[in-house]
Amino acid sequence: MTEHITSGAVAPGADTWTLGGKEFASRFILGSGKFRLDVVRAAVEDAGAQIVTLAVRRANTSQEGSILDAVPEGVTLLPNTSGARTAKEAVRIARLARELGCGDFIKVEVIRDARYLLPDNAETVRATDMLASEGFTVLPYMYPDLNVARDLVSAGAAAVMPLGAPIGSNRGLVTRDFIRILIEEIDLPVIVDAGIGRPSQACEAMEMGAAAVMANTAVATAGNIPLMARAFGDAVRAGRAAFLAGPGRVLDGAGEASSPLTGFLGEEDR
Amino acid sequence: MSADEKNVQVAGPETVPVGKRCRRIVSMDEKDMAHAIHADYGLDPMTFLPDMDVLDNGMFDCVLDAVEAYDPDAVTAADVRRALDADVVEPADFGVLVSPAAEPFLEEMAERARAERVRWFGTNIQFFTPLYLANYCENRCVYCGFNCESGIRRARLDEAQTIAELDAIAATGQEEILLLTGEDPVTSDVDYIARACELAAARFRNVGVEVYPANVADYARLHEAGADFVTVFQETYDPVRYAKLHLRGRKRIMPYRFEAQERALRGGMRGVAFAPLLGLSEFRRDALACALHAYYVSRAYPHAEISFSCPRLRPAAGAVTPNGPHVSEAQLLQVICAYRLFMPFAGVTVSSRESARFRDHVATITATKVSAGVSTGIGEHAHQAEEGDDQFEIDDSRSLAEMCAAMRDMGLEPVMNDHVLV
Repeated sequence: MTEHITSGAVAPGADTWTLGGKEFASRFILGSGKFRLDVVRAAVEDAGAQIVTLAVRRANTSQEGSILDAVPEGVTLLPNTSGARTAKEAVRIARLARELGCGDFIKVEVIRDARYLLPDNAETVRATDMLASEGFTVLPYMYPDLNVARDLVSAGAAAVMPLGAPIGSNRGLVTRDFIRILIEEIDLPVIVDAGIGRPSQACEAMEMGAAAVMANTAVATAGNIPLMARAFGDAVRAGRAAFLAGPGRVLDGAGEASSPLTGFLGEEDR
Repeated sequence: MSADEKNVQVAGPETVPVGKRCRRIVSMDEKDMAHAIHADYGLDPMTFLPDMDVLDNGMFDCVLDAVEAYDPDAVTAADVRRALDADVVEPADFGVLVSPAAEPFLEEMAERARAERVRWFGTNIQFFTPLYLANYCENRCVYCGFNCESGIRRARLDEAQTIAELDAIAATGQEEILLLTGEDPVTSDVDYIARACELAAARFRNVGVEVYPANVADYARLHEAGADFVTVFQETYDPVRYAKLHLRGRKRIMPYRFEAQERALRGGMRGVAFAPLLGLSEFRRDALACALHAYYVSRAYPHAEISFSCPRLRPAAGAVTPNGPHVSEAQLLQVICAYRLFMPFAGVTVSSRESARFRDHVATITATKVSAGVSTGIGEHAHQAEEGDDQFEIDDSRSLAEMCAAMRDMGLEPVMNDHVLV
């Protein structure tokens, strides 16, 4: 589906988006990997999140009080392939997610770098191709590269999830200009994933036209987690509304000349 | 070439002439050299035995050269301030953080360590328990209760006993297990350990091994059998001290032990753990060497999961306690915090050698994994008649349930498993 919505065409109240045939009103996706389980529930409720990611590697447990039990009903689980170093490993983990009853959504993470946790784009395209052909709704985590994003579209991705900055860094939209290119060129939801550290950064991503924003560390490391979760929810809604409203233009330099420099044109006929 | 092939491929070791000798021994003085070579029937601690894989990529010398150049007492408070104010702790600054000059900065180091720990691992704390399969050992390490000349009772679990132990541990709710043996490749050969890995993998989500250093093909075999993590303690990185403490057996060959983590990764293991046994030698130098060792391995194998263990020397039956300098709790914490600041993404495991009080607090500051329900004897989990003596004495003997409750009280989230074998 096309995510671009013409300014003013949709009332904010009716502003939903669709992934894998499911319709969502919330555009804030919460990661769960760094939380105490009792806090996950509070964070989901305060942020109004309808999608929560979870690592299959952590869900694959017989432990009582698993993450699967902590997510409130009605919230869509987005399992991820964290731990996969290759496309084949991502496929194996995705199948395991399905066996665990996590549904057909899968966030593809293929990472072979323990320090910065940067995604391997080439393997991500391969994994997306294989998983889409197995009927998964594939959301690939990727480094924002336009050609790769196009390959992901061709491979059957349901969205693309470019990183704003390295996972957990809270550095914000370091890759801003490249994410903007994806938003302009890719006809799939663009979900800004890693690196968002502040609600203001989430708001900016939404103003740029991102379909949704995901955060984990920024909420998990806050002093007051439920309050920060709410702040993110509010920021995402504000940014979305601003995008829909069509932001006023921003002028570089000193300002606009009150007498246009080209005002003399057309005088020759007088 | 796909990333499968690029990354996780098992690379064969380079072949080198038999009797390959590290140049490191030339840094020993004549008296040390004589002691090193003659103490063990001529076994030169710097010469690989003919059946040992040799990687010889320069890492060993690189680490030991850096340690030789390190003077902990030359570090000033200004150096510490600069290191702590930098965004990234560079390799050259690790020695600054473990110096005496950094001791007054411990609270600040702990605060920064906790911030990094939360950023990378949230409030998660993982659990595991070690299972001692056998305590036969061919080495003579003067500080260890398992050493070949100590008079302890020896035992090796057979398959039925292993299953009974594994089932007893699994019934407590553990999902991660670390299989250990004494270092005897004859009594506890690779086939025996591989079988134990298979039995463990059928009952646990995550299986690690802490056994004698092995060749790449052996690690590949253990990985195939279900193990994904390898722990090898270097004990000390001081070559003279190493030779004096490790008098017999294959363990005497110091560079072969040093290259174990790399061989494990080449064998397909997901992660490796590093540790000096703090207190065997000058702990600041050993901590620096260990940090650099892990750093260079992570540079060479960027996909590897790296972790540090942080054991201090404990008394053991059948062993002597060397007169190494005592490492205080504060100094141990300093080292652990320095690991976290230097490699914030690395796991840190704190041993049950330490007290419950210390472990509970360190878990909130920087540790990411703790053992629970620990027995270092052979056959104790299933209350099988205790056949083999313990390797060392533990301090924190709490059960898994007790540990989980304690960690929750500290605001942490117990995680039984964060691993998937692929």
